[in-house]
Amino acid sequence: MKNIFNNLFSKKNRSRTISFLMVIVAYILIEVIMNTVGMSRLFKSLLVPVCCYIILGLSLNLVVGISGELSLGHAGFMAIGAFTAVCVSGFCAQSIPNDILRLALSVLCGSIVSGIFGFIISVPVLKLSGDYLAIVTLAFGQIIKSLINNVYLGFDSRGMQFSFVTNELKLEGGKMLLSGPMGATDTAKISNFTSGFVLILFTLYVIYSLINSKYGRAIMAARDNRIAAESIGVDISKTKTLAFVISSVLAGMAGALYALNYSTLQPAKFDFNTSILILVYVVFGGLGNINGTIIATTVLYILPELLRSLQDYRMLMYAIVLIVVMQITNSATLKQTLEKTTKRFFKKGEAQ
Amino acid sequence: MSNPVLEVKNLGIDFGGLTAVNNLNLEVNEHEIVGLIGPNGAGKTTVFNMLTKVYNPSRGVIYLDGNDIAKMNTVEVNKAGVARTFQNIRLFGNLSVIDNVKTGMNNLYEYSILDMILHTSKRKKNEQLIEEKAEELLKIFNLYDSKDIPASSLPYGAQRRLEIARALATNPKVLLLDEPAAGMNPQETEELMKTIRFVRDKFGICILLIEHDMSLVMNICERIYVLNYGTLLAKGSPDEIKKDEKVIKAYLGD
Repeated sequence: MKNIFNNLFSKKNRSRTISFLMVIVAYILIEVIMNTVGMSRLFKSLLVPVCCYIILGLSLNLVVGISGELSLGHAGFMAIGAFTAVCVSGFCAQSIPNDILRLALSVLCGSIVSGIFGFIISVPVLKLSGDYLAIVTLAFGQIIKSLINNVYLGFDSRGMQFSFVTNELKLEGGKMLLSGPMGATDTAKISNFTSGFVLILFTLYVIYSLINSKYGRAIMAARDNRIAAESIGVDISKTKTLAFVISSVLAGMAGALYALNYSTLQPAKFDFNTSILILVYVVFGGLGNINGTIIATTVLYILPELLRSLQDYRMLMYAIVLIVVMQITNSATLKQTLEKTTKRFFKKGEAQ
Repeated sequence: MSNPVLEVKNLGIDFGGLTAVNNLNLEVNEHEIVGLIGPNGAGKTTVFNMLTKVYNPSRGVIYLDGNDIAKMNTVEVNKAGVARTFQNIRLFGNLSVIDNVKTGMNNLYEYSILDMILHTSKRKKNEQLIEEKAEELLKIFNLYDSKDIPASSLPYGAQRRLEIARALATNPKVLLLDEPAAGMNPQETEELMKTIRFVRDKFGICILLIEHDMSLVMNICERIYVLNYGTLLAKGSPDEIKKDEKVIKAYLGD
């Protein structure tokens, strides 16, 4: 028993154990609160999106933090997963009445399609590096959004109907799946907090499996020093492709979960701002830091919603925070004072 | 006489109009420690970069165990059996010391991506082997005690040793060392010489090294090549090189 404990909290495994514990404890706490005290509707409505963004943050961290390439098109993969899932779920509504089964199938399809796109994109993208790579991924996100904006897809007794330019589908009693800029409407809301929780656990499992394996070491080696990595036989493009594809699979999964939480979903949701938002979560949590990403995403997603009453002052506070941060990071005296106060604070904490 | 493990013929490279290395013939025999010396800017590191295909040579052939490796890329050259260290240390700074060494063994212990995701027994077995070998290497280089700290926080001399350990992890036939003793004090250099000899005997490899520390070069190299302005100035045993007029002139000037 003690052995297992020591192993779980050994230097190598500590981060992994903390991640899983954190997520499981949070899930149990929220479930208990929901079933005893009760929870406001606003808060309940935030649970699934938070799960989605945690998965997105973790998957982007794989590219930005662990593989070291700046990608600005993550919302594109999310969109692919989302709309694939919506279509699959809409198409199978009759044939698979079981919600959980349909959700699983939709999420699976969403992640696979997103993974395929991730692979196709990775071929040209990973030949580039730095700013150029960021620009291409940004363009990819925009292209996906515009593409879905122009797709009309429906099915009826004659089978699948598809059109690009205008909505000229004549359906005979069937159902529209995608209607251009309107996106998906009348989607059955089948994802829930528990499915989000399970998918977060799955994401953590995949990421920790990767980074503790020889593939993960190769990815991080290629990030730290490309020439040295090649000199010891690490195939750079293969390892980067692997990270990119796994990341896009996870992003597609999160998108699928996200889409099936709303009855309507527009392609405009998956724009550049969403990509940046995910990137902010990752950077705030610390590049390559998995626990940091989980915490940062939760805080940064929930805070703006809770502080909605202060919405009018948002830009004002934003400016103040920006100035303060810049002052502190640039001024030696302020930095010292800050360090001193935190030190004193922590010392007091230890003494008690 | 047995065939040389590494054989270089007429090797040369041009950068635009500048010929950095020309007409270089060089061989390293089994179980040999060979030195490559020369004044600054003579093209020694360029030779290493050509041998590992960081640069593409403009002319010449490189044979490793009789196979031409001049057409391969860096990764394939390493798989074929050439490993190197760098003049300016290139470690994976954020990875732990042991992970640096483990990364070197990626091509020796294979398991698929599916094995990785599903944590199969194949993964467990191979990871176990990698772990054991890596620890063994770290013990040889006296780095075992700091195996879990990030490589970038090692002291300078230890970083140089770690680079050698990482190169050895790829199980090479030829080891190229680019100024292994740079920045080390005499005591550390002494230690390093012992380690280099030990490694040569234990792994049965041959070593080609660039070095400015003449005490080290004269001490452990069995043969020495002298490079000046990209061409071979002299070759021979340490004693021959010490007495060579041209070499003395190249180093000290007229």
